[in-house]
Amino acid sequence: MRHILSVLIENEAGALSRVTGLFSARGYNIDSLTVQTTEDPTLSRMTIVTHGSDDVIEQITKQLNKLIEVVKVIDLNEADHIERELMLIKVRATGKDRDEMKRMADIFRGRIIDVTEKTYTVELTGPGDKLDAFIKAIDATSILETVRTGASGIARGERVLKI
Amino acid sequence: MELISGAEILTRCLQEEGVEFVFGYPGGAVLEIYDAIFRQEQFKHVLVRHEQAAVHAADAYSRSSDKIGVALVTSGPGATNALTGIATAYMDSIPMVVISGQVGTSAIGLDAFQEVDMVGCSRPIVKHNFLVKDVRDLAATFKKAFHIAKTGRPGPVVIDVPKDVTINKCAFEYPESLTIRSYNPPTKGHPGQIKKAAQLLAEAKRPYIYVGGGAVQGGAGAQVTELVKLLGVPCTNTLMGLGALDGTDPNFLGMLGMHGTYEANLAMQYCDVLIAVGARFDDRVISVPSQFLSNPKRIVHIDVDPSSIAKRVKVDVPIVGDVKHVLTDLIAALKEGNLRPNPDSLANWWKQINEWRKPNSLLYTPSDELIKPQSVVQKLWEITNGEAIVTSDVGQHQMWAAQYYKFRRPKQWINSGGLGTMGFGLPAAMGAQLANPDAVVACITGEGSIQMNIQELSTCKQYNTPVKVLSLNNRYLGMVRQWQEFFYGTRYSHSYMDALPDFVKIAEAYGHIGFKIENPADVEPVLREAFSPALKDRLVFMDFRTDPSENVFPMVQNGKGLNQMDLPPHMHGLQQVPFENNRDYGNLC
Repeated sequence: MRHILSVLIENEAGALSRVTGLFSARGYNIDSLTVQTTEDPTLSRMTIVTHGSDDVIEQITKQLNKLIEVVKVIDLNEADHIERELMLIKVRATGKDRDEMKRMADIFRGRIIDVTEKTYTVELTGPGDKLDAFIKAIDATSILETVRTGASGIARGERVLKI
Repeated sequence: MELISGAEILTRCLQEEGVEFVFGYPGGAVLEIYDAIFRQEQFKHVLVRHEQAAVHAADAYSRSSDKIGVALVTSGPGATNALTGIATAYMDSIPMVVISGQVGTSAIGLDAFQEVDMVGCSRPIVKHNFLVKDVRDLAATFKKAFHIAKTGRPGPVVIDVPKDVTINKCAFEYPESLTIRSYNPPTKGHPGQIKKAAQLLAEAKRPYIYVGGGAVQGGAGAQVTELVKLLGVPCTNTLMGLGALDGTDPNFLGMLGMHGTYEANLAMQYCDVLIAVGARFDDRVISVPSQFLSNPKRIVHIDVDPSSIAKRVKVDVPIVGDVKHVLTDLIAALKEGNLRPNPDSLANWWKQINEWRKPNSLLYTPSDELIKPQSVVQKLWEITNGEAIVTSDVGQHQMWAAQYYKFRRPKQWINSGGLGTMGFGLPAAMGAQLANPDAVVACITGEGSIQMNIQELSTCKQYNTPVKVLSLNNRYLGMVRQWQEFFYGTRYSHSYMDALPDFVKIAEAYGHIGFKIENPADVEPVLREAFSPALKDRLVFMDFRTDPSENVFPMVQNGKGLNQMDLPPHMHGLQQVPFENNRDYGNLC
């Protein structure tokens, strides 16, 4: 099953490689990983999307906690949460496709953030499956380039991940 | 405040930590450190002949004492040579600090001479590692490193120190205390869980205690012994746990696992309540989890590392905590509630276990012509009164040492259990001897393993470590040969050691005493001489020419259950299920 793990980790050189090294050494999957410093510059927040059986996810959580620099780990899937991902997608926009592409971007609440005579660059935010749906909805041959950040997640309600 | 160099700070840190010995080998990147070592007298440096040996010696120094071993190596090849030793300590959770030199910070990443990314190379095999880029961070890093190495589940910590950091100066102040907000190892176990464990023990019909290296490292030998005595239950130790309960204790069933005794393995399979103490249900211990669990049992698992729990086997009562604390609390809970297993069930269980004990699965056929390797270990045990610190290498001799030397106390048995590192034994003996100068230290090895670090005979001479080396020389890489005999149709592919050197001459060339023993009748006299007061201060190398066809039994083959052992010839055909006349087992069998 797919899980989103949120990790608070010391903002130190090499900390990221300990996490990725752990995943590859123990044969765990990383579907996506995002990381950035938090409002406290000594801490980074990582969102790792992974999949595996409950036993595997339990081991991943324990192994992450075992890393000296990891401060806290939560599995967002244990409760309600919000997940967002950003995609920048450059598409061919010529002839009759140009209007169609604009309409599709509107339907998906995307924003066109760069325009040339032949292309649009669309910014799209949402859960990963919404971004997937957009890619599916437009003509595959018109896609020139896609860039996705991977998911970021946060718990709903008053639950917070903090020291 | 006086400004001193990074190298001096480094030596001062080691002094502050009470370090007695640093095992190392100099080189370009650590010249400043060696100069600072030259100018101080508080700790001694032991110059090994290969960096791997420095790390093994530091490791065994930790394993055989309550102190922390320290190794010092130069950058590049010095660092990579240390890796096997670091991995060895990591797999067995041994506290240790390894200092590696590094090229100057401005040269890092430029493929400089003798540059290697030590932090990257060692990352998967350390508890933690540091690259110190600023001399002002050096002292705090050492404080953290020693703290991390010895607390929680112990492990090796590497500190990589670039050369300019050893030259640059700053004021020295060693931090008195430290807190690492992201690192808070557990101590006390959860009281509710401990109560549950006590209750389970009271309900048990066939209780069993399974003790691993965590109890040895966690200093919980006394608590294990008290628990076993209090309840009168059978107990087994893993390869790493040997000595946690006295090997001569009547409640001790011997080692369990791939080469465990018949009774220890069958009790593991058929118990109904299992208390696992600082053990990790390793593949060499329980083999396949599904087979192990095919006879249902309720399991209490006590470990300081939560990730060891439910890794291979799901347990009913997990208790995260320091084993010593948890066992103390468990004993108190049992006493307080006057909780004991039912005496009749327990008596029945013992009756069954004693049936399993009867055929003696460690029996072997003595010979007048060929030296039986097992007999050498047994004689060693007799002659040293079971008091020697014994190190070993890896292979058949290691298993025989584990099976036939009845270790009396924790930290007496030093071997590479997790990684299985050949070449460990001799440098380990050296480290153990330096940590325990008055102890008798024996290294049980084979002609294969000893040659992987035989150069350390030179270090032993330089530092007067009078260890006794017992090489069980069967001219084969014995364990490889055994597997080839069992599983590869006796095709002995590259397991025969041709062109062996004259080990007596080698020992003599290094300034030691060597004996070659070919006749079974000579085993005892030679051992007596080697361990006599006359040779107390000498390293003695004993080259025992042993029976090359001897195999280690019992054996649980890969993929088989603990109740499907290959047994020694005198036990062929024996059923590995509980006996009919003692059915207290319900539908278990």
